[in-house]
Amino acid sequence: MMRPFIVIAALATLAACGEKPQALGLPKSDAPAFAGTGSSFTAPGWKAGDKTGWEQHLKVRQQNSQNDYSKMN
Amino acid sequence: MARMKFICDAERCIECNGCVTACKNEHEVPWGVNRRRVVTLNDGVPGEKSISVACMHCSDAPCMAVCPVNCFYKTDEGVVLHDKDVCIGCGYCSYACPFGAPQFPSQGTFGVRGKMDKCTFCAGGPEENGSQAEFEKYGRNRLAEGKLPACAEMCSTKALLAGDGDVVADILRNRVVQRGKGAEVWGWGTAYGSKKAGQPPETGAKS
Repeated sequence: MMRPFIVIAALATLAACGEKPQALGLPKSDAPAFAGTGSSFTAPGWKAGDKTGWEQHLKVRQQNSQNDYSKMN
Repeated sequence: MARMKFICDAERCIECNGCVTACKNEHEVPWGVNRRRVVTLNDGVPGEKSISVACMHCSDAPCMAVCPVNCFYKTDEGVVLHDKDVCIGCGYCSYACPFGAPQFPSQGTFGVRGKMDKCTFCAGGPEENGSQAEFEKYGRNRLAEGKLPACAEMCSTKALLAGDGDVVADILRNRVVQRGKGAEVWGWGTAYGSKKAGQPPETGAKS
């Protein structure tokens, strides 16, 4: 009659003797940049989720905005 | 895509601090924290050179190697980012970084250091892309908006280049080949009509 009560009580008591994991929290997984933000401030010319399109868009943007020789000649 | 990289062309940088202002404004960086700054060598001496310095997103980042809580991570594009929820503000990364990139806000009691803050290459952090939480902790995520870092896009002389490393190398190589050397780098001959003007006098020549 008392056996189940004793077993439960023993388990509850021993549970306090357990050790919580102390592993360092690893950095959260970060969504890739090509996934987009969903905001309306996104530069046009590519679709969110399209990695190749995003890469190509950035290369074109970089050439247009930073390579002034391509504008002059 | 190659790794995302910065480079500052010392022949073009005019120490205007536009990059610093652009960064502070874009990310609402607080007082005392400068993710980017302009360093001038031989200030005031003819021939002084200035460069804009921030986190260089090292291929083999020393900050990542020394962090005791492993808060750093690297994106597929080679951008070195960190998780402020994991950072304990110990400052080891600050000692390890050769560029002085890690910054620590010090508004805490007794001068205690807060969480480390540094240039994110305008790529935000581990929070959801474009979220308010990401903006408040790490600043704007321009890469996810299809834009390049604000500092480079704001640079008035295009001294600071940022983006795909292959394209950065291509732009700089083309620039170096086309602009010549000596006084021609900044167009003395074009302005004053003599390619000899601005050059050091020949040895033995009368002044």
